[in-house]
Amino acid sequence: MNSEKINPEKFRWQCRRGMLELDLLLNNFVDKEVATLTQQQKQSFEQLLSYPDQTLLDLLLGNAVSSDPSVAALIQKIRSVSLD
Amino acid sequence: MGSDKSSTSIERRQFDTLIIGAGGGGLRASLQLAEADLNVAVVSKVFPTRSHTVAAQGGMNAALSNVSPDNWHWHMFDTVKGGDYLGDQDAIEYMCRAAPKAVYELEHFGVPFSRLDNGKIYQRAFGGQSQNFGGDQASRTCAAADRTGHAILHSLYQQNIRAKTHFFDEYFAVDLLKDDTGRVLGALVFNIHDGSIVVIEAKTTLLATGGAGQLFKTTTNALINTGDGMGMAMRAGIPLQDMEFFQFHPTGIAGRGMLITEGARGEGGYLVNSDGERLMERYAPKAKDLASRDVVSRAIAIEVREGRGCGPNKDHVMLKLEHLGEDVIQKRLPGIRQTCITFLGIDPAESPIPVFPTAHYTMGGIPTNHYGQVVIPVKDTPEEPVQGLYAAGECACVSVHGGNRLGGNSLLDILVFGRAAANHIISYLKENKYHRGIDDEIIDKIVTKVKRYDGTDNRSADTVETVAMLRAELKQTMESHCSVFRNKEILKEGVDKVEQLVKRMENVRIDDQSFTFNTAKVEAFELENLMACALATIHSAYAREESRGAHSRTDYTERDDKAWMRHSLYSFENGLDYKPVRTKPLSVDSFPPKPRVY
Ligand SMILES: Cc1cc2nc3c(=O)[nH]c(=O)nc-3n(C[C@H](O)[C@H](O)[C@H](O)COP(=O)(O)OP(=O)(O)OC[C@H]3O[C@@H](n4cnc5c(N)ncnc54)[C@H](O)[C@@H]3O)c2cc1C
Repeated sequence: MNSEKINPEKFRWQCRRGMLELDLLLNNFVDKEVATLTQQQKQSFEQLLSYPDQTLLDLLLGNAVSSDPSVAALIQKIRSVSLD
Repeated sequence: MGSDKSSTSIERRQFDTLIIGAGGGGLRASLQLAEADLNVAVVSKVFPTRSHTVAAQGGMNAALSNVSPDNWHWHMFDTVKGGDYLGDQDAIEYMCRAAPKAVYELEHFGVPFSRLDNGKIYQRAFGGQSQNFGGDQASRTCAAADRTGHAILHSLYQQNIRAKTHFFDEYFAVDLLKDDTGRVLGALVFNIHDGSIVVIEAKTTLLATGGAGQLFKTTTNALINTGDGMGMAMRAGIPLQDMEFFQFHPTGIAGRGMLITEGARGEGGYLVNSDGERLMERYAPKAKDLASRDVVSRAIAIEVREGRGCGPNKDHVMLKLEHLGEDVIQKRLPGIRQTCITFLGIDPAESPIPVFPTAHYTMGGIPTNHYGQVVIPVKDTPEEPVQGLYAAGECACVSVHGGNRLGGNSLLDILVFGRAAANHIISYLKENKYHRGIDDEIIDKIVTKVKRYDGTDNRSADTVETVAMLRAELKQTMESHCSVFRNKEILKEGVDKVEQLVKRMENVRIDDQSFTFNTAKVEAFELENLMACALATIHSAYAREESRGAHSRTDYTERDDKAWMRHSLYSFENGLDYKPVRTKPLSVDSFPPKPRVY
C-alpha cells in the first residue's frame, strides 16, 4: 500500500457508500480533514475504507471496536470531527 | 477523458449483455445470465457491495405463512390496495407468486435469514400487510436480522464472482448507444480512476441503476442515488412513468433523514403528537401505526400543520419505543438504537425519537412490462418494447408499487424482476445472436457530450454556475414544492423553478480538470440526471389533479378513477402523455378500485 500517492479525490470516491449514515460521517471528515492527515492516518483511512459497509457502520457507530489501534484512533477522530 | 480521442481510437468491448448497476437488481440478473453461460458485463459507479441495496434493513416480503396464515393472493391484494390501484395487476400477480421461490433461492445463495424456534424463516409484521384480503395484520417480511440488504448483496456478489461475471468497478455510465431504428446497442462509460472512455457494445442492455432519492433535501437515501438510469433513458427518448409518486417514509429522523425502519413500529413502536396522543388511532383505527406509508406520512404532516407537532418549532412528531424495554430494542433493533445514540445523542430505550416524513423511494421510473423489457408508446400501441433494452429494480416502473410501495416489496421487486429480465434476455439472445455494429457518429455525439466539461472556458465568472449550488437549489425546490402535500400554486412555482434550474445547468463549469478520480465531473453528470428526474416528477405532479397514493393534492383531495386511473409518461420530446393501468391479472380476477381504509 503506497499511501504517498493517495489522491484525496480517490478518498472522496471511496467514501461514496450505500448508506446515508456513512456518507454523512465519512464525507464530512474528508471535507474537513483529508488535507491534514499524516501518512499513518492515510494508511489507516485506506484500510478502513476497504471494509464492507456494514462493518464500517458497526465501527463508526460504536457497535464494534477495531483491533487495530491506529484504525480505532482514526475512528474516534472521524466521530469527533463529523459529529460536532 | 480529456485525452483527445476520436471514436476510432476509443476502447471498445463486446458482451452479450451489459448490466448497468450492481445492486440487488443488477446482480440477480447478471447471475442468471452468467449461469446460462452468457458473456455478461456489470458496470457500477461504486464498488458493487457499496450499492444502495446494502442499506435495506427491514426485509423482504413473501407469503411463506411461517408466522401467520398467508398466501400470495392476499399479498397481491395488499400490494394492489397499497398502491392505490395504480399498480399493474399482471406484474403484481407475477411478483407475489414468485416471492417464496425468490426467498428460497436467496437462502440457497447463502443469505442467513433469521429463524424461528421451529427452524423456519422468521417473518416480521410490516405496514399494509393483511390476512384474508384486508383482515388481521399479517407477518410477511423475511429478514436477516437488521442487515437483510447487506446479506443479499454480498451473497449475490460472491455468486457472481463464482459464475465469472465481468465487473467494471468504479466506471460511470454516461449514456445509452442507440441506432436510428431505436435499438439500444450498449452504453458509453468512463473509468472514474483515470477518465478513460470505453464503449461497451452489447446485444442487450439492462438498466439497474436504482432510485433518485437525492432529488430531495431531506432523504433516507445515500448520495449515489441520483437517478442516472432514468436520466439516460430520458435522453434516449424514453419517457419516465409515474414519477409524481415519490414515497415519503413516515419515520426519517426529523431534519436529518436517517431511516428508522418500519420494523420499529412492527415491533410495537408508535407515534405520538405534542399532546402525547397516539395519533394513528385517529387516522387508521384498525392498522394504526402499521397503515400504509403514505397514510402515516400524511397523518404526521397534518398533525404538524395543525399545531400538534413536537419540539421548539413544533415541526415533527415522536416515535416511542421505550415501552418495548431495553432488551427487545437491543435484540431486535440494535442498528437504529446506535444510529439514534450516535447522531442524536438519544437512546430510544429511554426517550422517544423525533421523526418526520422523509423522501425515500422512487415508485416511478423507466416503464417496463413484467419481462423487464422497456416499453414505450408507439403510434396507437401504448407499450411497444424497445429492442435490446431492459430495466429492473428501483429505476424501473413495472409497475408493482403503483402510487405507494409497501415496505419489504422493493427487495422482492428487484430480485423477481432482475431474474425475469435475465430470463427474457436469454430467450431474446437465441434469436439475436450477433452484434450489429455501432456507427462512429453515434459514439462521437456522446463523446462530445462527455467532454463538455473539459477545458477552461472564457465566460465571465458571473455567468458560471457550480454543481454544488445548483444541486442544493434543486433539492430545496423539490422539498418545498413537491413534498407530502401539494397544490396547484406550489407545484406551478416548482415547475417554473425546475425549468430555470435546467437552463442554468448549461452554464455549469468545473474547475477540476484532472483525469484521475475527477469526482467533480461525476457529480456534474449526476446532477444532469437529477434534473431530468425532477422535470418529469414535478410536471407529472402538477398535471395530476387528484389524490392517489403518495401524491396528495390539497386542491383535489379525492382519488378520481374515472379521469386518473392511468399512468403518467413524461418525456423531453412530448411532455406528458398517459397510458392505461393494466387491471387484468395473469390468472385471477381483477381487484377493482375501492376506497382505501386501514
Ligand atoms: C435506508 C433504506 C432502507 C431500505 N430498506 C428496505 C427494506 O427493508 N426492504 C425493502 O424491500 N426495501 C428497502 N429499501 C428500498 C430498497 O433498498 C431499494 O429500493 C433497492 O435496494 C434498490 O435496488 P436496485 O438494485 O434497484 O438499486 P441499488 O441497490 O440502488 O443499486 C444501483 C446500482 O447502480 C449503480 N449505478 C447507478 N448509476 C450508475 C451509473 N451512472 N453508472 C454506473 N453505475 C451506476 C450503482 O453503483 C449501484 O451498483 C430501503 C431503502 C432505503 C433508502
